Amino acid sequence: MRNRDADIVKRLDWITIFLYLGLVLAGWANIFAAVYNEEAGSIFDISQKYGKQMLWIIAAFIIGISIIIIDSKFYSGLSYPIYIAVLGLIVLTYLIAPDIKGARAWIEIGDFRLQPSEFSKLATSLVLARYLSGYGKKITDFSTLFRASLILLIPIMLIILQNDTGSALVYGAFLLVFYRLGMSGWVLVAVVYTVFVFSFSIIYNSFYVSIGIFLLAYGVYWYIARIYKFLPLYTYIVPLLFIVPWVIQYYFVPELPEFFPFAVGVLILFVPAIVFIYKKKSKIMFLTYFLTVASLGFTYSVDYIFHDVLGAHQQSRIRVFFGLESDPKGLEFNVIQSKIAIGSGDFWGKGFLQGTQTKNNFVPEQSTDFIFCTVGEEWGFVGSTVVIIAFILLILRIMYLAEKQRSQFSKIYGYCVASIFFFHFLVNIGMTIGLMPVIGIPLPFFSYGGSSLWGFTMLLFIFIKLDSDRDVLIQ
Amino acid sequence: MDLAFRRIIISAIFIGVAILYILRLFYIQIIDDTYKLSAENNSRRLVVKHPARGLIYDRNKKLVVANEPAYDLMVIYGQIKNLDTLQLVSILGIDKKTFVTELANAAKENKYRPYPIVKQINAKTYIALQEKMHNFPGFYVQVRTVRNYIYNCGALVFGYIREVDKQNIANDPYYEQGDYIGKIGIEKVYDTYLRGIKGAAYQQVDVKGRVKGSLEGGRHDRPSILGKDIISTIDIELQQYAEKLMQNKIGSVVAIEPSTGEILTIVSSPTFDPNLMVGQNVNKYYKILENDTYKPLYNRAIQGDRYPPGSTFKVLNGLIALHEGIITPSFTVSCNGGYFSGGIKVGCHAHPSPVSLLESIQMSCNAYYCTIFRAIIDADKYGSVRNGYEVWRKHMNSMGLGKTLGIDLPSERPGIIPLPTYYDKYYGKNRWKSLTIISLSIGQGEISMTPLQMANVAAIIANRGYFYTPHVVREILDTTMDNSFKQKHVTTIRPEVFEPIIEGMYRVVQGESGATARHVAIPGIPICGKTGTAQNPHGKDHSIFMAFAPRENPKIAIAVYVENAGYGATYAAPIASLLIEKYLTDTIKRPAWEQRMLEMDLIHKTDAK
Repeated sequence: MRNRDADIVKRLDWITIFLYLGLVLAGWANIFAAVYNEEAGSIFDISQKYGKQMLWIIAAFIIGISIIIIDSKFYSGLSYPIYIAVLGLIVLTYLIAPDIKGARAWIEIGDFRLQPSEFSKLATSLVLARYLSGYGKKITDFSTLFRASLILLIPIMLIILQNDTGSALVYGAFLLVFYRLGMSGWVLVAVVYTVFVFSFSIIYNSFYVSIGIFLLAYGVYWYIARIYKFLPLYTYIVPLLFIVPWVIQYYFVPELPEFFPFAVGVLILFVPAIVFIYKKKSKIMFLTYFLTVASLGFTYSVDYIFHDVLGAHQQSRIRVFFGLESDPKGLEFNVIQSKIAIGSGDFWGKGFLQGTQTKNNFVPEQSTDFIFCTVGEEWGFVGSTVVIIAFILLILRIMYLAEKQRSQFSKIYGYCVASIFFFHFLVNIGMTIGLMPVIGIPLPFFSYGGSSLWGFTMLLFIFIKLDSDRDVLIQ
Repeated sequence: MDLAFRRIIISAIFIGVAILYILRLFYIQIIDDTYKLSAENNSRRLVVKHPARGLIYDRNKKLVVANEPAYDLMVIYGQIKNLDTLQLVSILGIDKKTFVTELANAAKENKYRPYPIVKQINAKTYIALQEKMHNFPGFYVQVRTVRNYIYNCGALVFGYIREVDKQNIANDPYYEQGDYIGKIGIEKVYDTYLRGIKGAAYQQVDVKGRVKGSLEGGRHDRPSILGKDIISTIDIELQQYAEKLMQNKIGSVVAIEPSTGEILTIVSSPTFDPNLMVGQNVNKYYKILENDTYKPLYNRAIQGDRYPPGSTFKVLNGLIALHEGIITPSFTVSCNGGYFSGGIKVGCHAHPSPVSLLESIQMSCNAYYCTIFRAIIDADKYGSVRNGYEVWRKHMNSMGLGKTLGIDLPSERPGIIPLPTYYDKYYGKNRWKSLTIISLSIGQGEISMTPLQMANVAAIIANRGYFYTPHVVREILDTTMDNSFKQKHVTTIRPEVFEPIIEGMYRVVQGESGATARHVAIPGIPICGKTGTAQNPHGKDHSIFMAFAPRENPKIAIAVYVENAGYGATYAAPIASLLIEKYLTDTIKRPAWEQRMLEMDLIHKTDAK
């Protein structure tokens, strides 16, 4: 036993720890740069954000070390109590927290603000790992999937109640964990497909989206036609079923609804499709036909709900979300500023503290959600790429370690950690370079703020600890 | 497929995203020139494009509320460089101290957002300033429009616009500091139509504040959408004339087109010049108006709910008595100087006796209405006083009394038709009877009506039993309005019973001896009217007149209320008559009357007393 304790330093995965240290310190330097101005004091001035961040970092190190010292059985054993405690804290926050930027997500203790939702990711990961590692649990069983989803849904609902939708979206990351454990890949495809159709229906005219859906379906139809050796006539006649009604509508009866050609085409194809599916037992034909109908219905429903059911105010919020409208408080302005800041960085960047675009000015969330702008401006393409690679290396390293675990609990937990980091990375950096809608979630280790830094540190260090004990079976 | 293979797929997703992001960064940072600005020399500015506010026309498509350009000097504090305050202040012609305070406010608000530092600079200053603009980096001029009220009247109907306050911004995220919002009147109620939709343009500006072009070729710009124009139901010339007749008097005029419910004129006097409430003066004048003892900001026409209707109310009691079959037009009452019962006396003026229904209206006999009011309330068929009162009250409600009519102007008041519980509380349950509330018979006591409700009653009688919700906006151009104003409200009174009442009202003006308003008859225009002289606790009686004309196919229904002016026949009736003449014939053939009404100064007279 004494031997084991002495070995612990050797058994820690130092690659992960070094990546962590590198990211945290780089984050601190960038917060300093983001807030920095000529009059500012030293980087250790704790009246400033960077000084405070230093305190959070020191605390985070202490938390990290404590986690390493505590016995790893603790984490699986106490996962449920931790989960319940964190959820209770969220409820408490909702009841007592002041309204900050429309969300009730922070508990204020003196000067200090704690955001419990940053810790619920950790608690959820622990419980999910604990539950799914239970004897005989298979994600492919409906009841298991249902209960696992319930574990996610409780914090999601609570966080949405706090009006912090961005943080709630993070839980979508757990789908990757489910996928790894055996959930059908089609679920992922369906989610991505739905998000795409939904987004396109709002950004573009439903008519064009429908054309896209049609072309997609037609592509699959070609493939089917080749396999089943259809007569060429059948391949060419299908588009005509849509084009002819469209011509009739466009030139003769313009008052027909916009979806008329699609409706006609789909209706005419109904009988042949059903006959074909029935005769050949063709699953792919079945999927193609009914998914197409469902997608067409979906895009026009979204269109209808968006324009005719939602109020102007709600429409506006969604449009701002998709960057179609600049909201009066300037979300789109932020994205433009962010892109300019990053764009002005060029290849080598302007150098530490030399950035002019990102100085606490155009982008209000400079040190939190838009911290990557500072990286882009001051460290250029080289620096940004290094940060992206560092993140991906960290995530891949966690995945690699997760795969090596003998304990199912540690493995699932590792995948949870990797997926959460990935989701934050995907959305936060994507937002600053204009590839993702503006969702206010932090960049792990970089963004200013104690709660998120501690949350991510705990998330990671519990995994490091579990990994160090991988030769001990943890149930 | 082997589940272990999935780690490859997941890794591929991770690496794919990383590669995509690196490529995107490569594009933004190295290939695309639009982002590669020398940050030292360039800054971006968001210029909000304010659309022109919708115009307001009168019912004859005459332009009533127009726009004029105004220029605001904006500052982005964080972009100020080497500011020569003295030079800027001298060009603007303003006090240095106020300028410095405003600049400090701008710094406090947000150093990197535009802040309107001097609002509504005149065109001349604007030109002078524009020449020197390059000396003042961080400053620029934003053009917007201000209102011009062409006819100098209708302040309370059309309303005015004022800069938004913190509350407005909190309530509606559309608004930003420096925006304008409609206050009172059409400007307020139809603000969301009139304001249009703001646009935005992102500009690149060099260190000297010169615009170098739009950002990313204007890709992020959004055009502003013009405010919608509004066609009001007001006849602006009639409005102007009514305000002139009401000058130096306290009171109200409301005229309605009975066949549509469209309001032709709505006056609350004393009023104010809407053109005072534009530009930088709004705050100053608002305070003056707010402190004015005659309360010009208070719209008596729709908010004046302490007005007793006086004798005009008699026709309503007559209608109910006829409808309920309590009386027939031939029912007569003898009047010997008033109504006496149970120790209560309601006095009446000297007039021939006995009187029939028609004569009772013509001569405004109090005894007649005390008698029939008690007959309604005490009628056996209802079983109790309370039930009788409820029947009476429901009829009054159906004629739009005791509740708001739903006019499209803010803060309408409902007037008062008391609930029976009110009397229960006051006198004790079942401790009150028809004699207790006898004042209601002649339009006194606990009841009250706004001038709008009175004009609407005139419209109901003119229409023989129905009305449309009175409104001041006929059409919002390029918009379909909800058609609640096109919905007919039928009262509970049978159409047939209106004829005798109308004949009585006809005789009030065109009748023989004893008619209370003979002097206001206009040759060739049959007017049906009813005078009112309302006692009130605030001094001399209120002078009231309610009328419609012509008798057949009425074109105008009107109510005139002049506070503390004496008999209804003395002021209110002549003013109503002149307005009817003006509206129907467009000329005034009785200049002497006109002169007398215009010159009559009741405000300063009462002051002297």
